[in-house]
Amino acid sequence: MKLNLKIWRQKNAKDKGHFENYKVVANEHMSFLEMLDVLNEELISSQKEPVAFDHDCREGICGTCSLVINGQPHGPMNGTTTCQLHMRHFKEGETVVIEPFRAKAFPVLKDLVVDRSAFDRIIQAGGYVSVDTGQAPDGNTVPIGKEVAGKAFEAAACIGCGACVAACPNSSAMLFVSAKVSHLALLPQGQVESKKRAQSMVHQMDEEGFGMCSNITACEAECPKGISVENIARLNREYISASFSSTEK
Amino acid sequence: MELNGNVPTGPLAEKWTKYKSSMPLVSPDNKRRLDVIVVGTGLAGAAAAASMGELGYNVKCFTFHDSPRRAHSIAAQGGINAAKNYKNDGDSVYRLFYDTIKGGDYRAREGNVHRLAEVSVDIIDQCVAQGVPFAREYGGMLDNRSFGGTQVQRTFYARGQTGQQLLIGAYQSLSRQISLGKVTMYNRHEMLDVVLVEGKARGIITRNLVTGKLERHSAHAVVLATGGYGNVFYLSTNAMTCNVTAAWRAVRRGAYMANPCYTQIHPTCIPQYGDYQSKLTLMSESLRNDGRVWVPKKLEDAEAIRQGKRMGKDIPEADRDYYLERRYPAFGNLVPRDVASRAAKVECDKGHGIVPTGLGVYLDFADAIQRYGKTKAHSSNIENPSAQQIWDLGKAVVEEKYGNLFEMYEKITGEDPYTNPMKIYPAVHYTMGGLWVDYNLQTNIPGLFALGECNFSDHGANRLGASALMQGLADGYFVIPYTIGSFLANEIRTPKLDTASPAFEEAENAVRERLTGFISNGGKQSAESFHRRLGKIMWEYCGMGRSAEGLTKARRLIQDLKAEFYADLYVPGSMDEYNPELEKATRVADFLELGELMCLDALQREESCGGHFREEHQTEEGEALRDDVNMAYVSAWGWKDTSVEPELNKEPLIFENIKVAARSYK
Ligand SMILES: Cc1cc2nc3c(=O)[nH]c(=O)nc-3n(C[C@H](O)[C@H](O)[C@H](O)COP(=O)(O)OP(=O)(O)OC[C@H]3O[C@@H](n4cnc5c(N)ncnc54)[C@H](O)[C@@H]3O)c2cc1C
Ligand code: SF4
Ligand code: FES
Repeated sequence: MKLNLKIWRQKNAKDKGHFENYKVVANEHMSFLEMLDVLNEELISSQKEPVAFDHDCREGICGTCSLVINGQPHGPMNGTTTCQLHMRHFKEGETVVIEPFRAKAFPVLKDLVVDRSAFDRIIQAGGYVSVDTGQAPDGNTVPIGKEVAGKAFEAAACIGCGACVAACPNSSAMLFVSAKVSHLALLPQGQVESKKRAQSMVHQMDEEGFGMCSNITACEAECPKGISVENIARLNREYISASFSSTEK
Repeated sequence: MELNGNVPTGPLAEKWTKYKSSMPLVSPDNKRRLDVIVVGTGLAGAAAAASMGELGYNVKCFTFHDSPRRAHSIAAQGGINAAKNYKNDGDSVYRLFYDTIKGGDYRAREGNVHRLAEVSVDIIDQCVAQGVPFAREYGGMLDNRSFGGTQVQRTFYARGQTGQQLLIGAYQSLSRQISLGKVTMYNRHEMLDVVLVEGKARGIITRNLVTGKLERHSAHAVVLATGGYGNVFYLSTNAMTCNVTAAWRAVRRGAYMANPCYTQIHPTCIPQYGDYQSKLTLMSESLRNDGRVWVPKKLEDAEAIRQGKRMGKDIPEADRDYYLERRYPAFGNLVPRDVASRAAKVECDKGHGIVPTGLGVYLDFADAIQRYGKTKAHSSNIENPSAQQIWDLGKAVVEEKYGNLFEMYEKITGEDPYTNPMKIYPAVHYTMGGLWVDYNLQTNIPGLFALGECNFSDHGANRLGASALMQGLADGYFVIPYTIGSFLANEIRTPKLDTASPAFEEAENAVRERLTGFISNGGKQSAESFHRRLGKIMWEYCGMGRSAEGLTKARRLIQDLKAEFYADLYVPGSMDEYNPELEKATRVADFLELGELMCLDALQREESCGGHFREEHQTEEGEALRDDVNMAYVSAWGWKDTSVEPELNKEPLIFENIKVAARSYK
């Protein structure tokens, strides 16, 4: 199948960037990233600079791949990361527009590669349980209901890809932050620090320049791991009760 | 030279406890003055950096990923073993130790493996305390499942995403230490050399992958936790950027590479479908609990399927060969990985393969669907259920168990595995070989340690499922924080290391020269194209079946490929910018040397054991034939100067507690 590609090229963080057009011959069995590999091999063989994009596991779990494809983070398929997208979902002769995730807090480093280290700093602000190695009691000391464990797992399934931010008109990181706050708040081990955690993580999110959440829920629609906006409601509850208890003091 | 693993003396079960309590300690005050570099943030690296930060060392941690959370450990699916015996099914530290030694085909070091089994129980506790959402039973207790090569249920899991959840736990602990200022984190930094000062590892040279700048970092000790090298085969289940460079650069500074030829080829992966393909996808071992492996008996049926004229489901029962059940009636579809992989190859070599390339067999769930469907109909009081009803009910059960894997399969292949059997073929998955380390996890270079998949220590010639995660976390949380003290206790008077010293100068210059060489090489071919060609050679001659003739030929082919690489490599762009092609070039260059060494190691190992199968050494029925008289040793290769032949050192393997026996699964 022949495709026309319109790809964002940007030399480095300082460059303004622009779209460039390419033609590529793919087949329907290829993954989207393999199609880009083919393009890059062609560019290299004509001594041109290949298109830089982030990727690693290529099976939808590491959260490294990104890309906005025809206006959608991770492309047109639901519950699918870019690396799991296959070319059979595209049509012969189609023009495909490929851009980086765009958000103030995710500056472009080169072409389609962005800097998502803001997410790391949000976790560093409190997205953990304060327990040192060797301090743990036996794993079965505190029983955890199957359903609660399942819910915590579903929130913990976030891969930190940032598609929620790219999908949000306000570039809010609420879905990401709420997934971590929920994961830990649901479990007895994480409950102790839960309110403080919500506060510090939200504070860091603001510091990093992510926008406000105005309940548009585009994040949920584009999240490849099906993280639910219910988590945002839980985060809000934790956050509000944290603000109350801190003003009481 | 004969190597010594420095395993403490005394009864096996007491070695670790006694050793721990008699080890020299570093006082808290002195820890504050000692710097440690950790390269890698997978399970092993993140756990080590966090734990050593907690202890008070100044830790600098490096990853080439854009975040520590992206390390390849994230992709592990099935689970993590621990001898908790929560199921009360007779598990114990000794049994886990025994299974691991036997599973490794008696080619691992007893002392290390016993320690691994001992600390396995603490790992689960630690992870639970961090908030790892392991699967639970209705009563709220931790759930277990079973994995290949064992007769107890000791595998803890978090759906099909165990690695992800464990890594996030370790990443969160690491993040906490970063926020406390005890760990300084360097993302998108690739280590390109180890710096030795007076024979001790005292630092590394890194390249900032965003700016391209070379940097010098010094420390009192250097810990490598840089993962496995399965990608030397180009196509593997590993993530795209997994590579051997960190370990290989250590080899080029004098560290020994142990058992490089021991490679694990996983039997159930999605077969290769095209030349442009970039990786292979694992279908978890758990599927073999319910899936039956088969190929058509008749060559003409296989041919018709390959040409798309017939479908697997149309082949009548009598014309199918369930070859694992036929050859290994006792274990059937649940034989260990190495055995299952080889058997698939044998069938495909005979012409029974069922995908266009000829390299694929069926993993069929039709019987499981029937079986579960009937049980379900019975338990739901449905009398005389229709065939459709049975199928629907059975499908629902299979979906509940393996739904995410079936979905993944369908996303990739576009085929529905419920109606037509899954097509699978073995693929490179894990490397048991790695940097040689002693009981302290120290390489032969003082001050240089290696953890996780990048060392060779625990799995012998074949790793059991769910044991790599266990080893990574054992090394990182519970071993290195203690054993590094054996080296650092003697370094408390060593002042901070100066990065302006000649050793750092020399190392940085060497790296710069190497990178400039790649950039200005002026050839025509991409690094990727060389990598693919290397992968083909490795797979053909150093894959599932190896022979003296093939390995000798492969070595020559790799040497030729290496010469062509240096003559005709093309790397676009410059050194002073974000340049993924340059990263690839350095990694492929190191893979080329490693590949040659793997062939050499496979050539000298005149026996078949675990993942290493030498055609010359098999029984009449085609089973692996080990040679315990002559080959019960670890081969540890030194290859500082690649213009001369590598030097083979041996560490004899002594079994004091286990009776060495033939592995049989018949
Ligand atoms: C698909 C798949 C499924 C698996 N499932 C299971 C399972 O169910 N159970 C099980 O026990 N095992 C499983 N394994 C094996 C297991 O996941 C790995 O062996 C283990 O996670 C390796 O951990 P590690 O910490 O040693 O290395 P990795 O997780 O590979 O981490 C390596 C780290 O080193 C860094 N690094 C490497 N080189 C450099 C350098 N030069 N400079 C800077 N940083 C560097 C990387 O950035 C990364 O942070 C699976 C493997 C695969 C491929
Ligand atoms: S919430 Fe979803 S979209 Fe956002 S980072 Fe996590 S996985 Fe990605
Ligand atoms: S490359 Fe890992 S999620 Fe896409």
